[in-house]
Amino acid sequence: MRSAVACRWMSATALAVVAGMGLAGSRGESIAPRPIRMATTTSVANTGLLDTLLTVFQKETGTRVDYLAEGSGKAMKHGENGDVDLLLVHAPSAEEEFVRAGFGVARVPLMWNDFVIAGPAADPAAIAGTPSASEAIRRIAAFKSPFVSRGDESGTHKKEKELWAAAGLTPQGEWYIEAGQGMEACLVMAAEKQAYILTDRGTYLAVADPKTLALLYDGDPILLNPYSLIEVGPKRYPDLNHEGAQRLIAWLTSPPIQTLIANYAVKGNRLFHPLSEKPPAFGKR
Amino acid sequence: MGFILQSVADAIGLIAHGDRDLLAAIATTLRVSVSSTAIASVLALPVALLLALREFHGKRAVVVLLRTALAVPTVAIGLLVYAFLTRNGPLGQYHLLFTRTAIVIGQVLLIVPLITALAHAALQHRARTVHEEARLLGAPPLAAAWRVLGEMRLGIRTALLTGFGRVISEVGVALILGGNIRGLTRTLTTAITLETSQGDFPRAFALAIVLLTLVLLINLILLPEARHGRSE
Repeated sequence: MRSAVACRWMSATALAVVAGMGLAGSRGESIAPRPIRMATTTSVANTGLLDTLLTVFQKETGTRVDYLAEGSGKAMKHGENGDVDLLLVHAPSAEEEFVRAGFGVARVPLMWNDFVIAGPAADPAAIAGTPSASEAIRRIAAFKSPFVSRGDESGTHKKEKELWAAAGLTPQGEWYIEAGQGMEACLVMAAEKQAYILTDRGTYLAVADPKTLALLYDGDPILLNPYSLIEVGPKRYPDLNHEGAQRLIAWLTSPPIQTLIANYAVKGNRLFHPLSEKPPAFGKR
Repeated sequence: MGFILQSVADAIGLIAHGDRDLLAAIATTLRVSVSSTAIASVLALPVALLLALREFHGKRAVVVLLRTALAVPTVAIGLLVYAFLTRNGPLGQYHLLFTRTAIVIGQVLLIVPLITALAHAALQHRARTVHEEARLLGAPPLAAAWRVLGEMRLGIRTALLTGFGRVISEVGVALILGGNIRGLTRTLTTAITLETSQGDFPRAFALAIVLLTLVLLINLILLPEARHGRSE
């Protein structure tokens, strides 16, 4: 009897201690400048660029930036709902619409990189060296080679649909795999299924193993991938941290930070180009 | 807030129009959930019977481990199975990753402990009495064990339905092992995840309503006792 009571008492105490630790952990926030909330795409976050930049920003200004890394579609939804202060996205036509609808102030160009087509090293559809991106994907469709599509209305997916439209095709069939997942998960799937895939160069270089998934096609101007910053509109959402968003946009587009972006590399490969670098290789294959 | 109302309308619209993606997701969901629940129960019920009928060294440890396994995150199980099924993994040669079979494997691992623990809880009080009675009446051991399951069928059915509810609503295993491929491995839950990531919250919530309606119907059919308020 006694030991049962003691046992119960002890477990109650243990629970209380655990609960107490949980409460204690949530305290201790110090007074700092109001944090900035940003919604961005997986390609910027997963390459590590964003963390690098934001660490410098916090060191210089003392302002913390909290970001959500999702597809451009969801990032803009968060903007529409007024849940974030600014966006860093890459979906030009959707961005224009976002600004036109009054959700955003303006598109501020930040940097660019490009999309590439990767696939099995053996290249069964022989897309390497084709004259254009639409010819490359036309070949993939003709050979019915497996192709992994993001299928998630992300910036990359929108670019892919643009390519199919340019090639005058509607991809359909068992070879066309609509994954509905992020870029990395899709690259993993493409490597597993030995399928072709449209990917941004940054994520490809950061994630893929060229032995199982080779970079087969790049260089067509249609594959340009510009990234923009958009402050969420103060008219619609006056309570947001507009001052912080403007400060961050000015900081990211300033010359020293543009240099930082230009020099950022993963495994020895530079991933993003600052605005000052025009895309020279494009159209001169 | 407004999107909740819109979702209800959307859900009705989707079902009324027989939206093809929705029907495919429902079919995939039912196929994998029913398969994994069936396989898991074949594996779990004998263990539950053994635990209820026999005393053995370390039995308490087994029960404690089973209960602990109930807290394993679905994503962790997904990753574990992934490590085996990927091209470089020990079972890579079978090319099972991103198939419905892969989802079933993960879901079976997920609910075997759940069904075992719940079935054991349902059986433990009366199993031995029923078993001994059946034996005295001349039933062979296996037939007697079968009789135990029959006697405790409400508890067993609850255990199986709980396992089914767990797999039909989980997303970690289905996403990691199935890959959310449209028309192939896209289940209702991975479709909800996709719609959410695309920012289409009303459609995501509409799919959740469809999922719940489905589970409701299944419970109405398989739990007639609950409707009549009868208990064991």
